[in-house]
Amino acid sequence: MPPRGCAAAGLLLVLLVLRACAARASEITFELPDNAKQCFYEEIAQGTKCTLEFQVITGGHYDVDCRLEDPDGIVLYKEMKKQYDSFTFTASRNGTYKFCFSNEFSTFTHKTVYFDFQVGEDPPLFPSENRVTALTQMESACVSIHEALKSVIDYQTHFRLREAQGRSRAEDLNTRVAYWSIGEAIILLVVSIGQVFLLKSFFSDKRTTTTRVGS
Amino acid sequence: MAGGGGLRAAVAALVLAAWGAHGLYFHIGETEKRCFIEEIPDETMVIGNYRTQLWDKQSEAFLPSTPGLGMHVEVKDPDGKVVLSRQYGSEGRFTFTSHTPGEHQICLHSNSTRMALFAGGKLRVHLDIQVGEHTNNYPEIAAKDKLTELQLRARQLLDQVEQIQKEQNYQRYREERFRMTSESTNQRVLWWSIAQTGILILTGIWQMRHLKSFFEAKKLV
Repeated sequence: MPPRGCAAAGLLLVLLVLRACAARASEITFELPDNAKQCFYEEIAQGTKCTLEFQVITGGHYDVDCRLEDPDGIVLYKEMKKQYDSFTFTASRNGTYKFCFSNEFSTFTHKTVYFDFQVGEDPPLFPSENRVTALTQMESACVSIHEALKSVIDYQTHFRLREAQGRSRAEDLNTRVAYWSIGEAIILLVVSIGQVFLLKSFFSDKRTTTTRVGS
Repeated sequence: MAGGGGLRAAVAALVLAAWGAHGLYFHIGETEKRCFIEEIPDETMVIGNYRTQLWDKQSEAFLPSTPGLGMHVEVKDPDGKVVLSRQYGSEGRFTFTSHTPGEHQICLHSNSTRMALFAGGKLRVHLDIQVGEHTNNYPEIAAKDKLTELQLRARQLLDQVEQIQKEQNYQRYREERFRMTSESTNQRVLWWSIAQTGILILTGIWQMRHLKSFFEAKKLV
């Protein structure tokens, strides 16, 4: 193989790997303490289509502040106290994009936040995706099934998050019912018995004071 | 030789490209612990890749790589039992497979003594967590099993469908738990309401009888 061909093949491989590396999706669930702000950064190339989706799973009123900034500091997306949102944008320039979640408005509730940051399209299945022929019918059927299954998995994720929300509320309710019922029963007993003895003490005191005044 | 030089340059560029491959990053303090939650069905594989960079005060930038910097990775299963607890270097890859469905907690913290020298040291951590069918490396599977393109696509679809099935099973398990919790709440509300009404009536009766005998003794009634 001629040296020039070897170098060219190497360069092509590098370019393909770079293209593959440019596409990624990060799905992360993390806990945001009260009065805290957590930021994530990602380096994005110009012209890449990106999607940021977030949802609050547990905590308080299930809301969080979100802010997305481009490398120049220009705010691309800013929402306060949102429970769920999805934002798509195309990177206008190269650089580090930053997005932050803030729970600074809350005084004592931790929040669990899920976000899915998709950068670019999914990497192709094969490294040598520079095909000269079009896809056969079987292959394009496989591709469309793959896309459909991806959206099924996506819907499943959202369903799981909503179910987690509902379940955490139900479990909260369960423990709250137990503690408050026991507390109320105790208060009821204490107040009833206390009332009787307080009333008795009114009558006992009067009797002693009248006798003292008399003599 | 020009060809060899070109190939070496290509390999070097590939290595550099692989370094930039960990996209998402965040900053973490010296002894700060950062935890991430993964809610997954059972028998699901999770692969995490991370890379750390230390903030250098002199150059006011993050160093490209810092050997000697360690990260401790701890993974707990839904019951709180520790599944994985290991120390890795400044760049590492951790893998675990879930055996019980539910919320697994992945915690990372740095316990490097070198950072104590840099007061207020900041650490940049690149993190990438892949779950389930995203952990499969298809070009590798194709090479190992010698699959044609169509066979590989079919394999990918099968993996995806398997993941969907696992998630559906997990969904059934979660729904059962939800139903049990709701039934328990229902029972508790019922019995505690009856109990409180009973206590109310009994203490009312006791109050009246006690006060009546008290007033009769005091000759007020």
